[in-house]
Amino acid sequence: MRIAGKGLVDRTKPVSFTFDGKPYQGFKGDTVASALLANGVKVVGRSFKYHRPRGVLTAGSEEPNAMIEVIGAANQTPNVRATMQEVFEGLTTRSQNRMGSLRFDLLAVNDLLAPFFSAGFYYKTFMWPRAFWERLYEPAIRRAAGLGSLSGRHDEGHYEKAFAFCDLLVIGGGATGLMAALTAARAGADVLLADEDSRLGGRLLANGETIDGAPGLDWVAAAEAELAALPNVRILRRTTVTGAYDDGVFGALERVALHKPARPDVPRECFWRITARRTILAAGALERPIAFPMNDRPGIMMASAVETYLNRYGVIPGQRVTLFANNDGARATARALMAAGVQVAAILDSRSTASAVEDCPVYLGARVTTTSGRHGLTRIEGLHAGGEFELETDLLAMSGGWNPTLHLTCHMNGRPRWNDEIAAFVPAEGAVPGLTAAGAANGVFTTHGCLVAGQEAAQAALTSLGLKAAKASLLKAEGLPYAIEPLWAVEGKGRAWLDFANDVTTKDVRQSAQEGYASVEHMKRYTTQGMAPDQGKNSNVAALAVLADATGRGIPQTGTTTFRPPYTPVSIAAIGAGGRGAGFAPQRFMTSDQASRDRGAPMIEAGLWYRPSYFPKPGETTWQEACNREVAMVRSAVGVADVSTLGKIDIQGRDAARFLDLIYTNTFSTLPVGRVRYGLMLREDGFVLDDGTTARLAETHFLMTTTTAAAGLVMRHLDFIHQAHCADWDLRFISVTESWAQFVVAGPKSRALLNAVLDQPVADFPFMACGEVTVGGVKARLFRISFSGEEGYEIAVPTRFGESLFRDLVAKAETMGGGPYGMEALNVLRVEKGFITHAEIHGRTTAFDIGMEKMVSPKKDCIGKAMAARPGLVGPERQQLVGLKIALGTPPCSGAHLFTQGDKVGREESQGYITSFAHSDLMGACLALAFLKNGRARHGEKIRIVDHLRGLDLLAEVCDPVFHDKEGEKLRA
Amino acid sequence: MPELIAKPALGHDALTHGSCTLTPVDLGPITAIALFPGQHKAVDKALKSLGLAFPAPNSLTQKDGAMLVWTGREQAFLIGVEAPDLGSAAAVTDQSGGWSALRLTGAKAHDVLMRHVPMDLRLTAFPVGRAARAPLGHMSAILLRESAEGFLVLTFRSMARTAWHELEIALRTVAARG
Repeated sequence: MRIAGKGLVDRTKPVSFTFDGKPYQGFKGDTVASALLANGVKVVGRSFKYHRPRGVLTAGSEEPNAMIEVIGAANQTPNVRATMQEVFEGLTTRSQNRMGSLRFDLLAVNDLLAPFFSAGFYYKTFMWPRAFWERLYEPAIRRAAGLGSLSGRHDEGHYEKAFAFCDLLVIGGGATGLMAALTAARAGADVLLADEDSRLGGRLLANGETIDGAPGLDWVAAAEAELAALPNVRILRRTTVTGAYDDGVFGALERVALHKPARPDVPRECFWRITARRTILAAGALERPIAFPMNDRPGIMMASAVETYLNRYGVIPGQRVTLFANNDGARATARALMAAGVQVAAILDSRSTASAVEDCPVYLGARVTTTSGRHGLTRIEGLHAGGEFELETDLLAMSGGWNPTLHLTCHMNGRPRWNDEIAAFVPAEGAVPGLTAAGAANGVFTTHGCLVAGQEAAQAALTSLGLKAAKASLLKAEGLPYAIEPLWAVEGKGRAWLDFANDVTTKDVRQSAQEGYASVEHMKRYTTQGMAPDQGKNSNVAALAVLADATGRGIPQTGTTTFRPPYTPVSIAAIGAGGRGAGFAPQRFMTSDQASRDRGAPMIEAGLWYRPSYFPKPGETTWQEACNREVAMVRSAVGVADVSTLGKIDIQGRDAARFLDLIYTNTFSTLPVGRVRYGLMLREDGFVLDDGTTARLAETHFLMTTTTAAAGLVMRHLDFIHQAHCADWDLRFISVTESWAQFVVAGPKSRALLNAVLDQPVADFPFMACGEVTVGGVKARLFRISFSGEEGYEIAVPTRFGESLFRDLVAKAETMGGGPYGMEALNVLRVEKGFITHAEIHGRTTAFDIGMEKMVSPKKDCIGKAMAARPGLVGPERQQLVGLKIALGTPPCSGAHLFTQGDKVGREESQGYITSFAHSDLMGACLALAFLKNGRARHGEKIRIVDHLRGLDLLAEVCDPVFHDKEGEKLRA
Repeated sequence: MPELIAKPALGHDALTHGSCTLTPVDLGPITAIALFPGQHKAVDKALKSLGLAFPAPNSLTQKDGAMLVWTGREQAFLIGVEAPDLGSAAAVTDQSGGWSALRLTGAKAHDVLMRHVPMDLRLTAFPVGRAARAPLGHMSAILLRESAEGFLVLTFRSMARTAWHELEIALRTVAARG
């Protein structure tokens, strides 16, 4: 019910939304919880295990009961706290964890079976037969016990992530946080103020207290206006700081647009990574429930929440209210209710010596021992100093005291300290470097105390930032003293809930201790207390107080479980914002990309690059046809392929040759200017890192090429070797991969094609030569190298001319019976020639394995040489590179394992495996490269191929890995 | 004889959302100059003709459309003019076509970049004339602060489309957030 004239919601702006299909009206500024309460809705959810009807318990992000699904056009978000979800026109919500309707949940049968569902129930019950667990028990339990559901579709909503830096991060915009932010901002510090709520003010929005004689809300408005006008302040509303990390980094989730209809380009949420030089934690405190029997009925709420719904939303969730509390502070709720004309049936004060003077009956030494009302509280019974009592009441406001919101101070292993005076844990000082907890988050529970604490914390932060705080007078605020006497649980018949969200009762905790799970960490896992979405915010301290009692230890000795990030749930979509589709990884495009796509070439990913797979011609129906044609074209005429993706590293200096000798297994200092040499490089552990060619452009100038896959890896390797082993050498290198577009021209007619584009025809240009040429006046580089086994060249031009040259080369090639070829043909050509790629040098093979041990020069040292000679890395026990000839028509079977004929087919009998496969018209066979134990001594042997994945079992002939042009005559033609 | 046509990495027109504008820029020649050990003075002498000095880490020097931007240990990119003859004092490498440059300007340019760059780009920490190598999302970039509300962003040419795509999303998002 709404109370006229009360609350901060905008009564001129009604808002319609639905809950479980039924339309409701709220006002701008309402949450789903406040609007439902205003509409008299008491049951908003079902409990996790017993499916008991549950109502709103709190008014904040710690809410354990009122969790709903928010249904958007493209999104379905489960486990949304109704206490945090603001209403907007068209908002569609639904209750969760029920079968049938919310009011008559079929799974409520679990509640009747409750005696069987105590802690450890699953572990004890669903043991036999073993196979039933996965097929029957688990799915059934998951269906019954659970939270919201997902749509099963991709979340295509727009999410964002962002970084922020500041001098001072203030977490929480209540009295403490606002005072801290003002103090620091006035001194010129760059301040970032993050608050979880949609409005700044914290408890001042709800408690109706005054500051300096004026309403607290006026002070909040003035502070907000001053902060907004300062250029050095940024305010993030609806932003929960969720984690504290090293070096002053904090994670924070901003609910950017969850409170309004979806609009294009507006992100739903933003995940911030905030780096702060200093941080003030002013996150306030959370009121804790009391575990009295049957304390989970709709209509039993936190006293502070009742105050919030009254003062902030103008809503009273009941007609006849009772307060059950163990401290003075909570009496403010009763007084506010009475001032608003609401009937307060009684104040039940658990203390025996508190004041009994109020405008309603006050019972001291009181306990609630049971309650009634299935779908809403109707009656309570209990004891007080004068004896037993019964009360008709439909709203019970409870307060077991307050726990400082110290979670962030525990994120880097800090352990909170027990403070007997307030019967609560307070943050350990210095638990997070650079962070100071202040105000209620530090156990200060008066508004005046919070204002002072905020100011002092900011002054201390300013000093450590090297800034000076302006003089400011202290503000005065009234407010009740706290005066708490602990009351954790009340004995009596019936279950007393500690953890509403996971349905954990005091009995479960005691049973856990009885069964030997007496440490707090064991108790948590045995009972699941604190493991629900609220992460024990409502129940942790009370649960360990009950545990302490059951084990005869004190609370400080019992200790707490560890609070870990995130403070509140963070959607994966926000953490991974921007990572869907094209945002997953950068896309690298070659200059020929459009030209290849124009010809219908399907592009395949090679690392981050996109390369043409093949170039289909009219009439070709499969990739194999196109591939076969392209291979034949290169072997008989001329083919053009873009190889710009290969890494290119420009190396200069008087020590460049010396450096290459150190990097490569073979010698480069002897390479003449104008020549290219193939080189092999090892990792420090002796395994092959990469291979490629390096050209000597001038005496002190080399150009290294790497494979596409290892371009970045090799650059890093060179940098490391340079910095670690020879930093003082006369040596500089830089990647030029992006600066040159490079194309293969291969085949018997390659020279003719080149001469058709070069300004000066190539005359004497032997195999492995390199030199400068010009194309249309543009300086280009020409290398005579071949990865196909044919006479081949690679021509490089500055990248901006790449597309133009590619189109030109292809057009001219076509007039000669040639054309472009793709990755498929390139693979067949190199397999026929026995050239390796990273399919072979995959990180587990040595120079010996690939038959290149002779390339490791005995005359000099190189990186990895000593380690490559270790026992076990050379010899017949190694799997060595071989070729395999397989019957035509065999499907590709890379990855298949090899077995000696007659051997059992088993893991231990495997003799090796296939790394590359090609259908070769040229050889009239399918060819494969493979690693085979002692393979070089087994040429001619018939070996058995078994491919479990593709269901293949066949024989192949072991042979030399070079199938085509063994003597290399074509290369040198 | 063929005539080769030069093509930029991006053919896009300038894009404006809210207060910010993203524009592809042709920076002209880009040359990497890497000092050989002990050649600092020799290189500074050779650069005198351009009126430039070798920049300190994370900064740049500029004069008359020529700019020398620190890009790594004892390495800088000369942008906008052809490199003078540095003899054997430095390794000189043409990088012209290898980079794609985008200019980002506007009141919220900083906010746009903070969607992708995990570096403190506040004016106090990254003032005009500062340059840095920094990640732009998953990419490696070179960032220059040209003015209080203007940045130059250099990424690998092959990744130009991704850089544009990512910045466009940030531009739209920041504008839509208001």
